Amino acid sequence: MKSLKWKAALIVAITLGCLYGVIGLPKSKDELAANWNKNIRLGLDLRGGSLLVVQVQLQDAFKVEANTQIERLKEELGKQSIAYASIDHNDPQTLAEADQIAIQVRGIPAEKSQLFRNIIAELLPSWVLTPLSSTDYRLTLKPTEALQIKEDTITRAITTIESRINGLGLAEASVQRRGGAGSEAEILISLPGLDDPARVKNILQTAALLELYEVKDGPFPRQEDALAKLGGVLPLNTKLMRSAPRPGDPAGEGWYLVARTPVITGRDLRDARPAQDEFGKWETAFVLSQESKGRFGRFTEANVGNRLAIALDNQIRSAPVIQSRIEDQGRITGAASHQEASDLALVLRAGSLPAGVVYLQEQTVGPSLGADSIRKGLIAGAVGLVLVVAFMLAYYAGAGINAVVALVLNGVILIGCLAYLEAVLTLPGIAGIILLIGMAVDSNVLIFERIREEIRAGKATLAAIDTGFSKAFLTIIDTHVATVVSCAFLFMFGTPAIRGFAVTLVIGLVANVFTSVFVSRALFQFSVARQGFNPRISIGI
Amino acid sequence: MELFKNTQIDFLGKQKYFIGLSLILLAIAIGSWAAKGGLKYGIDFTGGANINVRFASAPPIDRIRSAISARIPGEISVQEVTGENEVIIGLPLKEDSALQRERESVVETLNTTFGEKTDRLDLNNANPQALAERLREPLQRASIPMNDEQLAQLARRIFDFRNTPPRSGVLSSFDQLKEVEGVTPQILEVIRQQCYLAPFTIRGAEVIGPKIGAEMRNKAVLAVLYALGGMLVYLAFRFEFVYGLAAVIAVFHDVIITLGFFSLTDKEISLNVIAALLTLVGYSMNDTIVVFDRIRETLKLSRRELTPKIVNDSINQTLSRTVLTSGLTFISALALLLFGGPVLNGFSSALVVGVIVGTYSSIFIASPILVFWHEKFQKGKRAAAPASAR
Repeated sequence: MKSLKWKAALIVAITLGCLYGVIGLPKSKDELAANWNKNIRLGLDLRGGSLLVVQVQLQDAFKVEANTQIERLKEELGKQSIAYASIDHNDPQTLAEADQIAIQVRGIPAEKSQLFRNIIAELLPSWVLTPLSSTDYRLTLKPTEALQIKEDTITRAITTIESRINGLGLAEASVQRRGGAGSEAEILISLPGLDDPARVKNILQTAALLELYEVKDGPFPRQEDALAKLGGVLPLNTKLMRSAPRPGDPAGEGWYLVARTPVITGRDLRDARPAQDEFGKWETAFVLSQESKGRFGRFTEANVGNRLAIALDNQIRSAPVIQSRIEDQGRITGAASHQEASDLALVLRAGSLPAGVVYLQEQTVGPSLGADSIRKGLIAGAVGLVLVVAFMLAYYAGAGINAVVALVLNGVILIGCLAYLEAVLTLPGIAGIILLIGMAVDSNVLIFERIREEIRAGKATLAAIDTGFSKAFLTIIDTHVATVVSCAFLFMFGTPAIRGFAVTLVIGLVANVFTSVFVSRALFQFSVARQGFNPRISIGI
Repeated sequence: MELFKNTQIDFLGKQKYFIGLSLILLAIAIGSWAAKGGLKYGIDFTGGANINVRFASAPPIDRIRSAISARIPGEISVQEVTGENEVIIGLPLKEDSALQRERESVVETLNTTFGEKTDRLDLNNANPQALAERLREPLQRASIPMNDEQLAQLARRIFDFRNTPPRSGVLSSFDQLKEVEGVTPQILEVIRQQCYLAPFTIRGAEVIGPKIGAEMRNKAVLAVLYALGGMLVYLAFRFEFVYGLAAVIAVFHDVIITLGFFSLTDKEISLNVIAALLTLVGYSMNDTIVVFDRIRETLKLSRRELTPKIVNDSINQTLSRTVLTSGLTFISALALLLFGGPVLNGFSSALVVGVIVGTYSSIFIASPILVFWHEKFQKGKRAAAPASAR
């Protein structure tokens, strides 16, 4: 009797503990619903949202690194008056080729070769110098250095993406490395509860590389026109840049000849905000940092009357004429809405991505699709539950009630564990719960059939219950372990939805061992203990 | 109630018919597989894009197809979701960047084909923030006082209303909004002026690049093989090696036949289907374990060696258990298939078919293998060493 009391206390405590984990101590119906929503985390396939996998184009970062070093080298060679024919880098196109980056130096006078080597050793210690001939050299990146750049680039990309997403105020967004073999450069972005994925994709895709250029000539309607006017060759240190047509912009596409190096880049930015011009049109205003202020002021003063190109991600957004000296402010015009202007301000503030990104995967579930899935899951679950309960009651009579109590408790413990473990409920997870309804009563069927068999063989009720449970126990463990082992391999996939299924099923099965063996047995013991001498149980025979 | 009482069916005596049946089923499965040039994989494994679009009325499939075909080269599919005004637009495997571009161009095409060319806001494809922003000034002009907080709440309520069934994301007329709390006739008038209703909404999109597709395909095959291997090891550890082998052969048989069913019915193998198959690998083991447990128990009690009779009796004694447990899980899986919606269709089909085949195989395949092995190898051992047997 004493042990029965302990069992009852344990069962009640676990039930209450699980219920508390799910609904807390609600004082009203609203509070109950709020607690439920807080404790049961829905995956983004149910509540709506986006999951994105992006690949960081590391080769971009390598090219930037090579460019920076080339500029430094040119400057140093100029100081030391060493002549050279050309210095340039190769152009790796894919991620796999990224660390094949190399700098070619041609035409160093043979007599200066020792001096040149010294300069390289001092200036570019992370590069390996290989002579190709008496005047030409090739510089390749040291493997440890290449690895370092890769790591830095990915970390910076993650930080940048994080700060951009945080600016949107999405509470539960997460940005992490995807992990796994061959996916070092991949980032998994999870955005639950997102209303408008197109907007986020825009925000992520924008490299947000802001550059202000001195305009040398233009605009030209087409690239060919520009080349024709220039006699087919671009003047030294200039480049042609396209200006993108903006929606509602009458100017349309055009080409400008601009100075090769920008006057100002995004790094010189201190702040950016959405603003409205005198006609109420939206634009993004930016303020330059203290250091670049003087430079920009001198430049604009010298170029009054000329055009200044404001380029974003290598496309000119606008090319206004400089009216007077500008100290530290500028604006990017042509936003279609307040949202667009503030999004641009957001990415400018968060800084530019160190390399471009390519989308490898997108899963977007609109809120209405998620709501449909939940509703259908509930209907299917209700139908399954009613059928299974009806069958158990009809087939096993009194013992059927026992099984149903165990089943309900199984569900309560499962939901409670999901809440305590902060596991995420996904659509496949709901499917797992529905499947569990059938699987959970399986254990009871195994036990009840065994008890029936023992009763038929003439055993007394108490002995039949004991044998039934102890004999079925090992079988239940075996069957459950088999299912858990096979489900464990689902974790390999790493997709959140499937992971949700595996977690749900495993928790449900473990809870099932407790409810179908321990709880169900205790329930029999209660009913037997109340009957006194020569007890009987109702088990449908 | 009792369904099976003291059955004495001679399962093993009829084993050649059932093994024949299984071989035929396996041949059909693999034949259909071969005839169709492999299984039909979903975009989870091939890479590609699926875009769910819901329309306010029956979707004009042909118009959708021709509009999109005009913009995107290659084969596209427009599949109707039965019973819903919904289509799934499918784009085939392309290179990563092209896929993303084309996904956007599908949305654009839908906008230009079915949307209005105005600068009003499309309520069916906008978000609450955009609506709030859009309405702020016009509401002021119409002298309807509302602070930012109230406006944001109103927009949220309108979208929550739009997203719940039966609208499920598409409003067909502004009059529907009268039901929304806080939408007065004046506010509705402002919404009418500022917004319009495109006859469709984009409910979801899935884009999977070829790299991730290939990776998943690899993992799917490995996961199923590992799971089978795991079973073999566990059963060999708990019983004897041959029991594990028999059970794994039976489960492998179930997996092939279930995949054959998918091939025959032209259903796609998605990641969810693989999840169902792995569940099945574990579950189909259950019935086999129940029978094997009983065989082991009888052997221990009787201290005799395995005979076809013991196996046959064990199957009969556990028959009600086997049928009931499978039946109950079958009910759950069937409920899921009938009511669980299109996303889970593949998952629940695999389970419904798999549970049936799994139950069948634990009786008619796993047990005969056990007997076969025993008669072939164990008996030989006894004949070779008759002295020790005596």
